[in-house]
Amino acid sequence: MAPSLAALSAALLPLASEPAGLLPAREQMAVSLGWHIILACFGVAFPAMIFVVHRRGVVHDDPVALGLARRWSKVAAVLFAIGAVSGTVLSFEMGLLWPGLMGPFGDVLGLPFAFEGLSFFVEAIFLGLYLYGWDRMPPRRHLLMLLPMAAAGIFGTYCVIAVNAWMNMPTGFRIVDGRVTDVHPWAVLLDSAAVLQFLHMWIGAYMLVGFVVAGVYAAGMLRGRRDAHHRLGFTVPFVFASIASLVQPVVGHVLGMRLGETQPSKLAAFELATHTEQPAPLRLGGLLVDGQARFFLEIPKWGSFIARGSFSKPVRGLDTFAPADRPPVNITHVAFQSMIGIGSLLALAVTVYWVARWRRHDFLATRWFPWFAVAAGPLAVLALESGWIATEVGRQPWTVFGVLRTVNAATDNPGLWWSYAGALLLYLGMTIGAVVVLRSMARRWRAGEEDLPSPYGPSEQGGPGSHRHAADRSDREEVGA
Amino acid sequence: MSLAVLVAAALFIGVMAYGLFAGADFGSGFFDLTAGGSARGAELRTQVDHSIGPVWEANHVWLIFVLVTWWTGFPRTFAAATETLFVPLLLALLGIVLRGAAFAFRKYSGSLKQARLFGAVFAGASLISPFFFGTVAGGIASGRVPAEGYGDLWSSWINPTSLFGGVIAVGTCSFLAGAFLTADAHREGHERLAESLRRRTLLVGAVTGLVVFAALVPIQHDAPTLAAGLEGRAAPLVVLSGLAGAATLGLLVRRRYAVARITAVTAVATVLAGWGFGQYPWLLVDQVTIEQGAGADATLVALLVATGLAVVFVLPPLVWLFRFTQQAPTGTSGPHQEEPRAAAVPDGPRPGRRRRLG
Repeated sequence: MAPSLAALSAALLPLASEPAGLLPAREQMAVSLGWHIILACFGVAFPAMIFVVHRRGVVHDDPVALGLARRWSKVAAVLFAIGAVSGTVLSFEMGLLWPGLMGPFGDVLGLPFAFEGLSFFVEAIFLGLYLYGWDRMPPRRHLLMLLPMAAAGIFGTYCVIAVNAWMNMPTGFRIVDGRVTDVHPWAVLLDSAAVLQFLHMWIGAYMLVGFVVAGVYAAGMLRGRRDAHHRLGFTVPFVFASIASLVQPVVGHVLGMRLGETQPSKLAAFELATHTEQPAPLRLGGLLVDGQARFFLEIPKWGSFIARGSFSKPVRGLDTFAPADRPPVNITHVAFQSMIGIGSLLALAVTVYWVARWRRHDFLATRWFPWFAVAAGPLAVLALESGWIATEVGRQPWTVFGVLRTVNAATDNPGLWWSYAGALLLYLGMTIGAVVVLRSMARRWRAGEEDLPSPYGPSEQGGPGSHRHAADRSDREEVGA
Repeated sequence: MSLAVLVAAALFIGVMAYGLFAGADFGSGFFDLTAGGSARGAELRTQVDHSIGPVWEANHVWLIFVLVTWWTGFPRTFAAATETLFVPLLLALLGIVLRGAAFAFRKYSGSLKQARLFGAVFAGASLISPFFFGTVAGGIASGRVPAEGYGDLWSSWINPTSLFGGVIAVGTCSFLAGAFLTADAHREGHERLAESLRRRTLLVGAVTGLVVFAALVPIQHDAPTLAAGLEGRAAPLVVLSGLAGAATLGLLVRRRYAVARITAVTAVATVLAGWGFGQYPWLLVDQVTIEQGAGADATLVALLVATGLAVVFVLPPLVWLFRFTQQAPTGTSGPHQEEPRAAAVPDGPRPGRRRRLG
């Protein structure tokens, strides 16, 4: 009896040793990263777009452009505020959810975060100067405040992506007798592997923000607001998004070509490769059902070409990895192909638009194209989220590829489901708040109110006595809140 | 001085900067919360918007600096602290998120009703964060974060030192905010507001000062290592804090608002520094010293380089931001030229229609 019990407990041990916080930690990280990444895109890409319209307003003395810049800066004030706090959530979560990563590896991966913090500082300072500088600074100097902001956003992105690239391709340390040693902190920051991954994210940010902002003005055009304001508000972000959409497939392709060497298990999941094939086909669609790839369209040899850059090289199959080292295949594969599919669709659409425009067809005058432009915003968001899901889920079961498993990184805190539930409520509340406020801003702008003073503004001070009563009631409510 | 101590000093300067600058932003939530109803509190809330609006995000980044320096320079102690002080860190974070988001939402709310809701969230959350950060400091300073992590999830921050830490944090933040807001209101010519702020700052300052010195009694038993440090090495700072606090109250009584800001900052800075010097050389008191907790030497050097770059690239524009927002002429979005709206009843007509041409 005793030996079989021992065998049973040995068999159960791996299960029992899974930390209590693993699943909720994953979920909470996914929600908070997925939410923040949209705002992070605005932090990276929006200042450049504001700069273009603001510069046009200042240099060409264009009131439409200047008005647009003024409004966009107010939108940026709201978005950057919630971006700053949702980014802080991620900083906390590094420690609260993943102490097994930060404890042993904090001094390996930390330096890029220090530089990211530095650039966040610069960004926040110049954001403050820019927002406060309207009508208080000489116009040209005021315009220049956007440049450090934009540069800091780009550098900060590079730093964060450098850490993510390090998780995919760890470098700058050795493990001797289970201890991290020989730490080279600069290796993470200066790793060439980070550059391509950064470019992919940076361009993705221009696509996301470009299509979302252009979509807002396309929606206005559908409602009959086809004035200069809407044309400019559509065109500037759409140009950014168009260029980004055309460059992105190239960058993405070059980035993906290294996967065969650096993260073959992720590549196998991307390609739905159950076993090694040479040459490997490209599988469009498809799911893994009971270990078999089903429901896909196969294009011979193209899998090898896309993944390895040659029609004859092999793609390693999932069966060459121990079951414990395989990522969740279906999520990874579907997310990856969603990203590719949407990205290709958007690239095709902008090509058609600009070719037509060159041939003097104005698609903006139609009804179907503005509709498509409205849809392109959410599609770009979906593509970006899919990309992050593909790369993060595809790296599993590793947090640091080949070095640290996610089970060993997660916290052992049993109360994590509570914090996850709280996080969901919080993000829901912030989303509702942002939507309500941004919509009300747009409504007031359309009603001709440019300045948007706060509702309890100066007029409230010493207002008519008849309103005191209502105010006193609010007094009690606020203290009780 | 060793590398580890230099990095710890940089880290602690970050803690102090966060405590002072972001602390003053948080503290304005206290005055916002107690400002009264929509009409009575409007002037003060406009002042709060005006005073912290352009700077709170920059001040907030000190926290990021602290977190990043901590986990990069002293990674295992960071993990130990997040595993043990999970609950108060999470609640402090909740306060940060609600405060920042609600502050931005309130400024651009479409109706008074929404502004009241966001305002209550902003003001309440502003007090949550300092309180829980104070309990975190108390947990570390009273030796309740074990080196190997996973200390008690509750008693690590529900204990005399932590609770006093929390109350002191809320009090000092409010005191700082009061000193700054009073000076801002006076400088911008809102004398009635300055008077009311002055009275309340005097009250907050007196109470906070009493709590700070009263806390010295329970920590004798609850945090003996910290208490020994406060009575030994850090004693001059404790005395200086008392003097600066008293001087601030005196200056406020005599309406010397500009100078009172400096003494208020000194009073709070010395409280924070007293804690730091008091627990030196421990990083996690009674558990891990600064030397023991330090990460790789190469990383410590790199962190000092990053800190040096921050001094070059961040401090000058930061000073510029502070000077600019304090001195720049008031533009269209300032309180004087802001387009007045008709006084609103809570469920009043939509803002676009209630706009009055000035």
